[in-house]
Amino acid sequence: MSNESQISRRGLFMKIGILFNGVVATALAVPIVQYVASSILRSRANGYLSWVTLGRVSDFPEGETRLATFRNPYVMPTDGKTADTACWVRRIGGDEFQVFAVNCAHLGCPVRWFPQSGLFMCPCHGGAYYRDGSRASGPPERGLFEYPIKIQNGEITIHAGELPTPGATADKQSASRDSGCRGCGKPSCA
Amino acid sequence: MRVIRTIGEWLDARLQIAAPIREVVEHPVPKNTASWWYVFGSAALVVFALQLVTGILLGLVYVPSAGDAWSSLQTLNHDVSLGWFIRALHGWGSNFMVAIVLIHMMQVFLFGAYKFPRELTWIIGVLLLLMTLGMAFTGQVLRFDQDAYWGLGIGASIASRVPVVGDAVVKLMLGGPIIAGATLSRFFALHVFVVPGLLIGFVCLHVLMVLKLGINEWPMPGRIVKRATYLGEYHELTKRDGAPFLPYAAWKDAFFAAGVLLAVSACAVYYGPFGPTGQPDPTIIQTVPKPDYFFLWLYAVLSLLPPSMETPALLIGPVVVIIALLLLPFLSGEGEKSWRRRPIAVITVLLIAVALSTFTRLAEIAPWSPHMNAWSGDPIPQQMLKGTTALERQGALVFQAKQCRNCHALGDSGGERGPALDQVAVRLTLDQLIRQVIQGGGNMPAYGNNLSPAETTALVAFLQRLHPPGQSPAIDASRRIVTDDGADRRPAR
Repeated sequence: MSNESQISRRGLFMKIGILFNGVVATALAVPIVQYVASSILRSRANGYLSWVTLGRVSDFPEGETRLATFRNPYVMPTDGKTADTACWVRRIGGDEFQVFAVNCAHLGCPVRWFPQSGLFMCPCHGGAYYRDGSRASGPPERGLFEYPIKIQNGEITIHAGELPTPGATADKQSASRDSGCRGCGKPSCA
Repeated sequence: MRVIRTIGEWLDARLQIAAPIREVVEHPVPKNTASWWYVFGSAALVVFALQLVTGILLGLVYVPSAGDAWSSLQTLNHDVSLGWFIRALHGWGSNFMVAIVLIHMMQVFLFGAYKFPRELTWIIGVLLLLMTLGMAFTGQVLRFDQDAYWGLGIGASIASRVPVVGDAVVKLMLGGPIIAGATLSRFFALHVFVVPGLLIGFVCLHVLMVLKLGINEWPMPGRIVKRATYLGEYHELTKRDGAPFLPYAAWKDAFFAAGVLLAVSACAVYYGPFGPTGQPDPTIIQTVPKPDYFFLWLYAVLSLLPPSMETPALLIGPVVVIIALLLLPFLSGEGEKSWRRRPIAVITVLLIAVALSTFTRLAEIAPWSPHMNAWSGDPIPQQMLKGTTALERQGALVFQAKQCRNCHALGDSGGERGPALDQVAVRLTLDQLIRQVIQGGGNMPAYGNNLSPAETTALVAFLQRLHPPGQSPAIDASRRIVTDDGADRRPAR
């Protein structure tokens, strides 16, 4: 007890003051961190993916690959044109489709389709893919990103909403594809 | 004059800063530091001031919204009087700032200025370099055009490769699921508030330390830095052979800084502002995005690394480099300062300079990028078609129509991703040509599924013609034995 008597009244108040500030700062840090991480939290809670339509099946000729565009399902008023997204739609035949992201699986540059040689080519680092999206040559370590597909009422819809990247996002999208959605249009996918 | 003096005295009686300022500018520095080698730090500071001023001026008009940023840049370029000039000053100022900071760093390294007692000055300098590069990248994003948009995509692709937290890092970087309004807003906040705030703070610390610890003396070979004796020796040197910084050394800083500002202005007037290139519309995919000048070397490295090494190199490389830079003053905090006695230091600097400039030059040519329009835009040189058979001419058509040209040059035009084919018949036999076309390999896609047998025959017939006049095409010697007529197998003419 004799030690405590060495603490002055003002010294004690100063310590309590610092402690008080620490408590308030911690309390404030919680909402601030939540605010900064909101895009991560929202992605964990609800996800950004939903089904968007690319148009009627009949708009895509059989055996051809065409560029289609859609508005990202999650938009903000200030997004402007950046929320418009392009994708490559390959109609193999009938209701059998493949829809690829335009983003190269290497570093995300937009790949272009060359029907004559049946190749997708990337202008950045020279990645190339075959017509079924599999890797042909160049730096990409995998094939093109593929969207899960559903055919409903004669319309083709894809499960989209996130920028495909070689990391986790792509795995998420291809995981749902692997669970039975490849070359879709089957009732099991609906 | 008397009025000005009176006002000055009135102010200083209250502010009391004249004496400390005089003390700072007139502090004694070793006479041998009054050199043209010592002007880069102050020049970087002056260009930074230019960036602050021009940045604020651009902020008067620029709109940090994904939907409007691009058009506000067009307004600056075309509608606001001299808006183009302010944009050009800011853009060129950024290039000059990165260059001067790098030269300053090189000089400090070669002059051993990072050694005791200036370790922390160096460490803060490394942080300032990182922030300067951060400003360059975020600034490129604010010039919200196609290059900025796809550059962000590349940034996100790199970030996504971080193990475990990659996805979260991408979401944090983009502010949402895609590159859009939230992305531009947060890069605006970084470029305009966060990084400049940190830069100002750290620049003040950096300059304060230079003043408190004294400028590094001119390194003399054989004058060894020892922790025990250095401070005394330096103090003795400034006393024995010192002169007030102003004006003894400062006039060179003043001349050089003015020269740099003049050079920035000249570039701004002559070359004009950077971009913006096409609209940031992700549905326009006819684009060949390229990073700004100071990240070109990275663009080259990313296409030249073997794919399997890419992710480790991207994620571990920068960490290793930064840690090495931060540890440098602790690993060699004492000893020889002069570059004349530090051959490894000199070789390191030369090696880095040569590597960076080689990669930058390569990225300017970008031989790894296919020429997306070569197949339709670059005709086959006439002399290659002279005297050809119908089959060979058909092969030339296949060669163009199947986009071979996008990666292979003929007569110095076309892509450079694959080898030029002007003399391919000398290198590959008929069978090797067929195999290469059909199966691909060595970075070439396989064309087996996209060429009919007739097309392959025609294409290979054309390729077989591609050899110098005096040199016969390569033949498979074994064919002479197995074929009946003893000649090598060629497509029928």
